[in-house]
Formats: sequence, C-alpha cells, structure tokens
Amino acid sequence: MKHSPHVSICIELPLIELRPEGLYCPSGNFYVDPWKPVERAVVTHGHADHARWGSKFYLCAKPGEGILKVRLGKDASIQGVPYGEAVHFGETSVTLYPAGHILGSAQVKIEANGYSWVVSGDYKLEPDPTCAAFEPVRCNGFVTEATFALPIYRWAPDSVTFGMINDWWRENSQQNRASILYGYSLGKAQRLLAGVDRSIGPIYTHGAVERLNHVYRSEGIALPKTTYALAATAGKFAGSLVVAPPSMNGSTWLRRFGDFSTAMASGWMQVRGHRRRRAVDRGFILSDHADWPGLLQSVRDTGAETVWVTHGYIDPLVRWLREQGLAAEGLATHFENDEDLQSEPLDSEPITS
Amino acid sequence: MKQFAELYSAMDSTTKINIKVSAMEKYLQAAPAADAAWAVYFLRGGKLCAPFPSKMMRGWAAEIAGVPAWLFAECYESVGDLAETAALLLPDAPEQDGLGSLTEWIESRLIPLRGMAEEDQRRLVVDSWQQLSSAQRFVWNKLMTGSFRVGVSDGLVMRAIAAVSGLKVEVIAHRLAGAWKPSGEAWIALVSEESSDVGQSQPYPFYLSHPLEGEPELLGNVTDWMIERKWDGIRAQMIRRGDDVHIWSRGGEILTERFVELVEQAAHLPKGTVVDGEIVGWRDNKVLPFADLQHRITLKRPSRAILDKIPARLLAFDLLEWQGRDVRTLPLQERRALLETLPLHLSERLHPVDWQAARQLRLGARDFLAEGLMLKRMDSEYGVGREKGRWWKWKVDPYSVDAVLIYAQRGHGRRASLYTDYTFGVWDKDKLVPFAKAYSGLTDTEIREVDSFIRSHTIEKFGPVCTVTPQLVFEIAFEGIQQSTRHKSGIAVRFPRMARRRTDKSPADADTIETVKALLLST
Repeated sequence: MKHSPHVSICIELPLIELRPEGLYCPSGNFYVDPWKPVERAVVTHGHADHARWGSKFYLCAKPGEGILKVRLGKDASIQGVPYGEAVHFGETSVTLYPAGHILGSAQVKIEANGYSWVVSGDYKLEPDPTCAAFEPVRCNGFVTEATFALPIYRWAPDSVTFGMINDWWRENSQQNRASILYGYSLGKAQRLLAGVDRSIGPIYTHGAVERLNHVYRSEGIALPKTTYALAATAGKFAGSLVVAPPSMNGSTWLRRFGDFSTAMASGWMQVRGHRRRRAVDRGFILSDHADWPGLLQSVRDTGAETVWVTHGYIDPLVRWLREQGLAAEGLATHFENDEDLQSEPLDSEPITS
Repeated sequence: MKQFAELYSAMDSTTKINIKVSAMEKYLQAAPAADAAWAVYFLRGGKLCAPFPSKMMRGWAAEIAGVPAWLFAECYESVGDLAETAALLLPDAPEQDGLGSLTEWIESRLIPLRGMAEEDQRRLVVDSWQQLSSAQRFVWNKLMTGSFRVGVSDGLVMRAIAAVSGLKVEVIAHRLAGAWKPSGEAWIALVSEESSDVGQSQPYPFYLSHPLEGEPELLGNVTDWMIERKWDGIRAQMIRRGDDVHIWSRGGEILTERFVELVEQAAHLPKGTVVDGEIVGWRDNKVLPFADLQHRITLKRPSRAILDKIPARLLAFDLLEWQGRDVRTLPLQERRALLETLPLHLSERLHPVDWQAARQLRLGARDFLAEGLMLKRMDSEYGVGREKGRWWKWKVDPYSVDAVLIYAQRGHGRRASLYTDYTFGVWDKDKLVPFAKAYSGLTDTEIREVDSFIRSHTIEKFGPVCTVTPQLVFEIAFEGIQQSTRHKSGIAVRFPRMARRRTDKSPADADTIETVKALLLST
C-alpha cells in the first residue's frame, strides 16, 4: 500500500477538486465516491471503499442499484441511471459509462462549458460476463486508479486462467477433495462462478457471496446453480467447488469441508512472495483491475491531456505518463489499493435459496 | 527444462510434504539419468558460480522489456527478487516450450556462459529467454544467478531418491555425503543395487541432535548418558584412509587444505579411521571465540601468522570407522573407548553425579565459550540425520536485551514489499545506538502489524532503509557477544533474533549500552 505525498492540484478549469470529504465538483455541487457523509454522492461502484454509508443522496449506474441497496441499507436514497444517459447538476452534466470492474461499475463523466473530466473509479479492460464491458470515453482530464501500475502486472486471457482453475478443480474432484476458491465476495466471486466449468461438480458458497449472487441474478446475470454452504449437509463436499471470501482462509469455517485444497484468485498472485504469504495451495492470477498495458491503453484512449492517478502504484505511473509528455499528478485519496484486503461485511445472515 | 520448471512449480505451490516428495519421485522416475543427477544437485542446494554479476542480467532484461532502469527498480522493490522481476517483465516470445533437457541447459548453456565475452553472454541469455515461458524463465534466471532454492530438506530429497531406487535412506545418505558431482554415471551409481562402494574420500552422513525441551530428569539416569560440552565451532569429520587425509565439514565442504595442522595430526592415525568432532580455534589451552575461527575459515591457504594466531584443533567425540570397518552401529561407549586409544584431542567427557550437577555444568558452559551441553545415550548408535531421543543438545539460555526498533528495511522473497529487516538500538546516555539487526522471530501477523507501524512512523528514508520513530520495544535474544571495532556500539552479537515484542515496555525502559557491555564481562 503506497501513499504518495499529498499533491496540490492546480489546473485550469477545475471541474473537480480534492476536499477532506473526497473528490468534489464545485460547479455541480456533488462528490464522487466521498469517504465522509455529504449531501450528494455519485458512486462509481459498490465496493466498501467507494460506496460509503451516510450521505443523503446517492447516484449510481442502474445495474448497480441493487448492490448499493445491500451495501448501504434499504433506507438510503439511491437513484440509478442507465449508462450513457446524462443527468444535470447545476451547470454540469453527469453521464455514467461502464467501467468493467463489477456489476454496475461506472466511470463518471463530468462536463461543463465544453470541457470534460472522467473519474474512472476502478476498472478493467478484460471482458467479464457479469458486467458491461469497459467503454473508453474521450475527455480532457482523466482520473485513473493505479492498483497494478507496474509492468510486472500483465494478465493472461481469461480463457487461460479459467482453464487452470478448472484443471485444479477437476484434479481435486478426482481425488475426492473439495476445492476452496477465495475471491472477494462482491464481483470477483460472481466472475469466478460465471467462468468455471460447472459440469465438474456442485458449487457451494459462503453467505457473503451467496447474498450478492441473489442481487446479481435479480439483475439478470446468469450464474450457475449455487448452494449456501451452511445449508448443505456436511460430508457432501468432496469434489465440489466452494467460493468464499479470502478472510475465510485458515478459519474454523473450513472444518466442515473435510479434505480440501485452497486457491486464491487475485491479481496479486502474479508475484510469488504474495502467493506464498497467502498460504494457499494455488494462486490464480485474476484481477478486476486493469493491468499495466490496460492502464496505459485506457489513458491513451481517453485522449486526456491531464491525468490524475489515485490509489496504488501512483508514483511509477505518474512518472511514466510524464515521460510520455502528459500532465500527470498523484492524488492522495482514501481508496484502498488491495483487491483482497478490503474490509468487507461478512455477516452471513440466513439465506433462502 | 520444461519438466524441471514444472517440478519447481509443483513443489513451490504446496506446503504439504507428501506432495513435494511425490513430485520429486515423479520427476526422478521419468528423467534421464543426467537430468536426475542435476535435479538432485540443485534440490539439495547445490549452486554453480554465477557467470556474470546479476546487474548485467538486470540490464539485459530491462532492455528487452523496454523498461527504463528506474521502473525496473520500482518493480524489483515490489517483487523482491531479481530473477522473478526479470521473468515477469520479459515480453512473451513465440517459442516458449522450454525444449531441451535440463542437462543441456546446464552443460551447454549455463556452464559455458562463464568466461564468455559479455556480448556473447548477452546473446546466449536473450536467446534462452526466447525459448522459455515466464515460469521457466524464473527457474532459469535463478539457476543463472546462483540463487536457486527450493523449500525442501535434504532428508526429503533423499527420501524421494530412496523411493525411486528401492534403497534405504541411510544408503542414499552415505553415497551422497561429501562433494557429490552430478552426472549420469553418478546418478546410476547412486541408485543402483550394487554400486561400487563408497569412494576413498567419502565421509559418513552426520548424525545430528535435537534440542532438549523440558527437564533432563525425564531422560532417566544421568549415568546412562555421555555428557560433553557443546562446542561452538565447525562440525567436521577427519578421514584417514590409505595414505590420504580428508577433512569434511557438515555442509559437505572439503576443508583439508585450510587446516594443515589437522592434516598433520591425522597422519598419525592408523589407516582406515574416521573421526567426528568439532574444529575450534585453540590457544593457551583454551577455545578461541568463534569469530576468530570464522575469520580463518575464509582463508583458503592461511599464512604462517594466522596459523600462529588462530591455531585449529579438532575436539574429537566420536569414531565412525575403525581399522577400515564401519563401526557406527557399535554402542557409543564402545566407540568412545576405541576413540580414546587414538592420538587425538578429545572433547572432554563430563561426569556429573546427578542432573542437578549437570545443570551447574550447563550454566558454566559459557566460561568455556561453549553453547551448552551435549547429552548422548551411552548405548546409542551413530545414526543418520536428525532424530529425537538419543542425542540431545542442551543449550544455555540465550542472552536477552530489551531494545528499541530504530531502522527498518524491506525483506526479500516471501517478505518482499514488507518491512521485515529491523535494526534495534539501546540507550547510550540520551541516544539510541544501533546494537543488533534481526529478521526472525515474529509471526506473519506480527510482521504485518510492525510493517504498518513502520509505514505510518517513517521519519526519513535512505534508499531502502528508513528511520522509524523509536516507539516499539522488543526482547532481542542472542547466543554470544563480543567486542567489535566494526560496529558503532562497540559490540557484535551472534544469532540475534526477536524473542518477543514487549508491548508492556516503553522505549525509556529499554536497556542501556552499559548493561549490554556488562554481558561481555560475564563471558
């Protein structure tokens, strides 16, 4: 987790500025992903470090509404707008475009006086059957994440990675072992479920995952049949796949599964040291964030003259972009840059499935 | 190369011993003899001299990857391993099958690399990268930089060889002892039923002890045990066979040339004798500090002056071969009796009347610069490897000092990108002076806590090292202490590690340099 020193931002026509509450648009009087309660919040996606509790009004992409409700509570005032449809706040117009990160994730395009900024939140360029594909948006200023902004991070095509996951599951299945696959319960878990070969065996889930599966299915996302693990009879897990949040590794929750092998699906698995520290049997490199070539390509595709870089390997990306002749700045936000360690709600309320 | 890289991945991705052993068995069964030999060599930690300084590989990899030096450095800092950083950065190439046997890769590429002109080295290395996948490149880079390491003990490698050959582990251990040179013939000799017996210079596998936990009374009668001091030196076997003398370290190194006085002494032994003991520095009738011996051991052919200043002595404690016969299965007391008839310096046998008296001897061990006592059952055979029950080491409790974390540095490998290497200070009046560095002793959870403390309490950075607000207190344990002119604090400690974090203490409660120096006097 790297933090760059706070950089004071000074550009012409500031459509956004950094305030103690978060990224703020003065001409439209709203915040994007504020980390403190504010009047009006435009939310890029439902992960805990972007969608925080306590603001008065929330705006998000239509497909993400259900997720936000689960995360922020039924009483939160949430308005969902379809991708590509402009909403007007003061002098500005706000349009959401798919970010390809998780279901309902959006890039926020802010326009005023023929000048535009895009706050991209978290994003990836790889296709993902559980959410709309990332759409490059032309703009003058671009705010990008930098979770994996080092050239050591280059993702293989999904088909290759899922081939490896399926092989691992199949082999465990033949040995009558359960396969415990860890992935963040919102987004990563559903992408895993949609991508594995369901013919290998039954699939069980942790409560936190199952709860979000409901939301995904109600948004029309096709997922294979899953069973909430606590609702299943013990001793039936041999040969099955169990999808659970990473925090379950090494916990007593695993006892019910008998003989099993563990694996973690994350971009961090690219590096051997991370893999070994995780103490899992296998690490599969699968991320919902852009890799190095993806970050560079998306910056290029926006055509932006100014790039602000937040959370992750900020300094290397800023320096690289500057060496390419762009005006780049690091931005000290409160977004987390670890796709596995985000504090996620793990209360597994009973589920009827 | 492909199969060897797969073997590495299989072993690296599991912590389960059985899976590691069966992966080795599978490889050794299928591999051509010479490949099996090289694999065994590397699995056991064998290294070839790096053909070029690692910074050259760094330069070539950055160039091929199109990454500027600063960015390579950022990646390296994050990954913590040069071979891996290079492997991850190199672009995918069209032919990445890792074709060719391990032997070809080692004997036709790696070994010839040494002594090539730089431009030829570059061409060969870049060409080799073209033919390997990222995982294979990692293994290859590790081999080239002499940093290949697999988390597997020698015992497990031998277990796999034993399973493949159908021979006993003891036989494999004996055949492998000493400097085993990998080749197809060597592998065949290693695993064949009637292998030509052990070579003239071959040592026996060393028998190792376990640390004693709990009270010695549990071991029964004190008179059933042979008790000696545990010397802090170099464990070695002295071999006299025919007209030759060989001296082997436990690490499998030949020390013969380094200890001319021992060779001279061994020449007086009857032919067909193998003695086990500890080499120590010895002058004026007492053992010299280990640091002296350490200085001497670095010299291939020590000068007359060094020989006079740090004379070596083998303190013999066991007899493995007698009149050309392997006597390891005789009871220890019989072996010792035979040993005592030889012209040797023996490790003194102690005769405490009871365990209470033994405790006193243990407490006094440091007066002899010994680490504690060795307890060996009188009737014990000389076994293989480390077993529980027959030989125990009973070390003196370590020294301990409370010190404050003042500097931190990122770790390597598994601990890359975490601050895991710490420097600790003790008070010298109102200043903290660095007195020891320690890397080990914390759990992964504690490391993460300390790491996040360091990140939020960094005062200044000097390259990879940062100074930290002095706030965390640790109990530092260590085995020995000596005066030193090379250290700021004027002292050097041996085997320092973190015994525990003292959350109950504030920096002001940490020890002073005076208390630490007082420990010097107690030795």
